[in-house]
Amino acid sequence: MLAQFLQFLFSGVTVGATYALAALGFTLIYNASNVINFAQGEFIMLGGMLAVYFTTAGLPLPVALLLAILIPAIVGVLVEKLAIEPVKGAETVTLIIITIGASLVIRGLIQVWLGKATFSLPAFSGDEPIQVMGATLMPQSLWVLGVTAIVVVLLWYFFNRTLSGKAMLATSYNPLAAELVGINTGWVLFMSFAMSAALGALGGILITPITLTSYDVGIMLGLKGFVAAVVGGLGNGLGAVLGGLLVGILEAMGAGYISSAYKDAIPFVLILFILFFMPRGLFGGKSTDRV
Amino acid sequence: MKNTTKGLVIVAVILAIVPFVSPNSYYTDLAIRMAINATIVLGLNLLIGFAGQISLGHAGFLGIGAYASAVLPTHFGWHPLLAMGAGAAVTAVLAGLVARPIFKLKGHYLAMATLGLGIIINIALRNEAQWTGGPDGMPVPAMSLFGFELSGDKHWYWVVAALLLVSIWASLNLIDSPFGRALRALHGSEVASQVVGVDIVRYKVAIFVLSAVFASLMGSVTAHYIGFVSPNFADFFHSIELVTMVVVGGMASVFGSLVGAVLLTALPQALATFEGWETVVFGAILMGFMIFLPKGIVPTIAARFGKGE
Repeated sequence: MLAQFLQFLFSGVTVGATYALAALGFTLIYNASNVINFAQGEFIMLGGMLAVYFTTAGLPLPVALLLAILIPAIVGVLVEKLAIEPVKGAETVTLIIITIGASLVIRGLIQVWLGKATFSLPAFSGDEPIQVMGATLMPQSLWVLGVTAIVVVLLWYFFNRTLSGKAMLATSYNPLAAELVGINTGWVLFMSFAMSAALGALGGILITPITLTSYDVGIMLGLKGFVAAVVGGLGNGLGAVLGGLLVGILEAMGAGYISSAYKDAIPFVLILFILFFMPRGLFGGKSTDRV
Repeated sequence: MKNTTKGLVIVAVILAIVPFVSPNSYYTDLAIRMAINATIVLGLNLLIGFAGQISLGHAGFLGIGAYASAVLPTHFGWHPLLAMGAGAAVTAVLAGLVARPIFKLKGHYLAMATLGLGIIINIALRNEAQWTGGPDGMPVPAMSLFGFELSGDKHWYWVVAALLLVSIWASLNLIDSPFGRALRALHGSEVASQVVGVDIVRYKVAIFVLSAVFASLMGSVTAHYIGFVSPNFADFFHSIELVTMVVVGGMASVFGSLVGAVLLTALPQALATFEGWETVVFGAILMGFMIFLPKGIVPTIAARFGKGE
């Protein structure tokens, strides 16, 4: 009983950490620009696919992983420069379609370049499972959780203790006021896209040894990351992390106890319930509109 | 004659000519699919363009209509028209249930909720294989009206052309009605329209349900015409295609909906020559349109020539 529960919990938390990183990416971009970046999932895919490509090309693992984070970050910046910046202040629908267009381009290029096959990446430190009270835990899960935890701490430090981080926070509260006190909001937008692409890619790399990857994994992972961001209250960083873990755990529990065929539907059922009963998400603040 | 009436007459004339100039059934088939998409997009444009709301799950409603027309006659022996009505009724109830709480919120939440709903519908269609044939899809029985069986593209062309004309006429009238004016008002300013007594939630729910039912009915029509349904018909990408048709043609433009549907239905056929690069080119075209023609084709042209529709 307990062993089974733990088993589901482990797999839920592991995949939930990836959703959390994706949700943080959504949050960063949303705060900087009010854009919901539907290309976020493609950065997750890029991370995994590039990591596979560079390791099979014979590069040492650390170099391969670094490149697999750096390149998506550059792609993220390109998306911002070429597609988002020229349409500043456009309607929501327009922005949503632009990011969807960007995601199609990225996915299509990878499909042309690396094909439609499914790839895997060797686990970072072996496949020897660890026994915990009757459940098995893969070492890779510890990598996923450990790295995610470190990233969350670093982000917290960045946003609360550094000038750059505070400049980004200030921009999310009020772009005009931020500009007036001398913050370069263009730079903030640039950084947000670079950081959220890198976060997504990191999640994609970490989870690939467990879930495998292919050119089209980005859609579902991205949408679930979006669900996690909304569950946590859109724009709330801590909410995004908790939302990601919650979505991951519920998905794993639902798959284990209810129906594995409906595993992918669970996050979306959850989001409908949240929107009906707690429309600002679990951790979103109250907001009032000024007329 | 008003510009809109002229437009309606021009569309009617084009629709009447197409079957006689179509060189073969490939082009007739393309024209039918353009007309079907145009009708769906008209309904969606009422929601996006006039009420300022976005649905990322419209293909889910298409799916309900299509599968109602496939499953009910096949497994339960229902008459196709009855099945079509049942699909529309289920869609209306579902859309209404979802919309009511959502429309009290603002911003991206309807996008999120409809996206979720669409994906849930799609997953259900894939998994309930004993009824729906699962990922492989299932055949759809032929539609018969008063003992006359509709089959082949000749019959279907006239059916969808008539449906399209009626829908254009209805949309034009709807926009000019008090209901349409209320919709446009709430797109302009929700607060201001509330102040003058527009019940904004009720209007938004009504237009959302209407556009969902439009989609469901056309889903049934498509299913009967093609004679086959598969879950891809109801997937997220199809929802995106429909929204894109609205935006490329022009939000809040009835004739824009037609242009958007015609162009984007033809696009994949044209892109088939790019072997393997279709996705890239399609994505690039989407971005290009949004960046350089954010208002859509028809409103941009209309503004250039200094007259509205």
